[in-house]
Amino acid sequence: METTHFSSSLLEDKNEADASIQNKETTYFYRKKVDGANQETERNKGEASKIEVRGLNLKIKNKVILNDINVKIPRNKITIILGPSGCGKTTLMKSMNRLTELYPEMNVKGEIFIDGEEILNSRRDVTEIRKQMGLLSQRPYPLPMSIYKNVAYGLKISGRLKKRFLDKRVEHYLRQASLWNEVKDRLRDPASGLSIGQQQRLCLARGLAVDPDIILADEPTSALDPISSQEIEKKFVELKNNYTIVMVTHILRQAARIADYVVFMYLGEVIEQGPANEFFNNPKTEITKAYLKGSIN
Amino acid sequence: MKKNSGKSFKKTRLKYEEYFFRWVMFLSNYIIALILGFIIYTILKTGIPALSLEMITETPKGGFYFGKEGGVLNAIIGSLYLGLGSTFLAFVVGLPVALFMNTWLMNKKRTVNLVRFILDLLWGVPSIVYGAFGFTLMVLLGLKASLLAGIIVIALLILPIMIRGIDEGLKNIPKGLYEASYSLGSTKSETAFKVMMKQTMPCIITAVLLSFGRAIGDTAAVLFTTGFTDNIPTSLSQPTATLPLAIFFQLSSPIPEVKQRAYAAAVILTAIILVISILSRVFTYRYKKHSIKF
Repeated sequence: METTHFSSSLLEDKNEADASIQNKETTYFYRKKVDGANQETERNKGEASKIEVRGLNLKIKNKVILNDINVKIPRNKITIILGPSGCGKTTLMKSMNRLTELYPEMNVKGEIFIDGEEILNSRRDVTEIRKQMGLLSQRPYPLPMSIYKNVAYGLKISGRLKKRFLDKRVEHYLRQASLWNEVKDRLRDPASGLSIGQQQRLCLARGLAVDPDIILADEPTSALDPISSQEIEKKFVELKNNYTIVMVTHILRQAARIADYVVFMYLGEVIEQGPANEFFNNPKTEITKAYLKGSIN
Repeated sequence: MKKNSGKSFKKTRLKYEEYFFRWVMFLSNYIIALILGFIIYTILKTGIPALSLEMITETPKGGFYFGKEGGVLNAIIGSLYLGLGSTFLAFVVGLPVALFMNTWLMNKKRTVNLVRFILDLLWGVPSIVYGAFGFTLMVLLGLKASLLAGIIVIALLILPIMIRGIDEGLKNIPKGLYEASYSLGSTKSETAFKVMMKQTMPCIITAVLLSFGRAIGDTAAVLFTTGFTDNIPTSLSQPTATLPLAIFFQLSSPIPEVKQRAYAAAVILTAIILVISILSRVFTYRYKKHSIKF
């Protein structure tokens, strides 16, 4: 019941925003989105997965962190990367938007396709690739500016500078992250003054504002209290209609609650992947069974 | 019984140790405060009687250095010109260096550490060496002692302080904030100038004010490079008086009135630095609210 209520209110929001976009000076934004959608469907006839990782190996010096990872992540679903701490889940996620480049000691080899397009060795501008994906990290890192500017940042660096447009979009994305009602009277306040739970939702809004198709979330609830965690989970369930969500977690119950598709990793290898039902009810390997029982963690 | 007494002996020893070190730390704290208080007291006691409106509103008249009328306005203005100019120059050069070290060279730890080492070495070079270097440079270029030469030499002198000050702030920013910024699709320069600069603003302000304090107070580097004059400079190519040199010259005079005026000039210099320090606190506080706490 509750989820349907939420998603319907979200839909209203989106319709409102879209309508306002159509009659205002912002047709460019809308057109880009429609074009993008057309191209996507053309390019991906018969391709169900949004992200595909092929033969990904990652080493730090001589230590193998990821060993021959092959993963297919379905579009518009919540995919959970599950596994005990230190098994390479976060690293796998960071290679998806090439944040591994920040760590010179990491030696990455392999291929990652997004919508059938290779990104890891691509000559394409890495900022363009990263704009396809929003990132939520373990603990929120709001930018050192006001709440408003945090959300507007992504739009501003994409060259969207008109104030009326920004105002509307900021409100839209803050509503989408269910933060608007809490912050609408103090948009000019520093983001550092928000609670951790609010900061995480602000980071979600900020990520959505870049207009990605993918949301990467790295244990986004690990620093949050149970209620804020639930809000994030609920949000993800709503958002999966429009976004492909990849979430790293080591909390089994969280995975069971929201996953559509599960990738189970252990010691740098993918042990098992498949639809959530199958994974939880009918695990294939011994390691998975042991993990689900709780004897490995 | 014996065992027991051994235990209690250890206990009392620990207690005395604790007691002793607490007092050592307590005393060192108060000694520092006391020394500062003593310096300020000495300067004020000797300087205040000689301090007058004339001191800060007039340039030296004929016979000023023999105890006749006039003031040190030339040196006040000169010092401010020199301090502001060189701080500005060092900031304009230093900020990009610090940002570059921490954003573009982020993955080149060795290079960055080498740069840091070199800067620390430069920081330790005595200012008279900078003065000598500046003098040689001026002779080579055929320049005369001037405000511009002084600004350049002082800028070189405070550049390591500026860069390392800002760098220290940038160094402590966790990678998570870089990841957040890059994941939004920012380029390196956007990350550097829009995110990291804001995050480290309190540190930047502190670095600027530290540099300014050093610039306005330095004597040796300006000795050969700016010269000294009784006039307020009207262009960059003119020689300039500075407060530290004004103090130096007046203090070496045998006439007691002139000597006292040296202390008055010291009061003025100290006051300028005090104002700057207070301003820095206020600004740091104001900018701190935007920085994310980790």
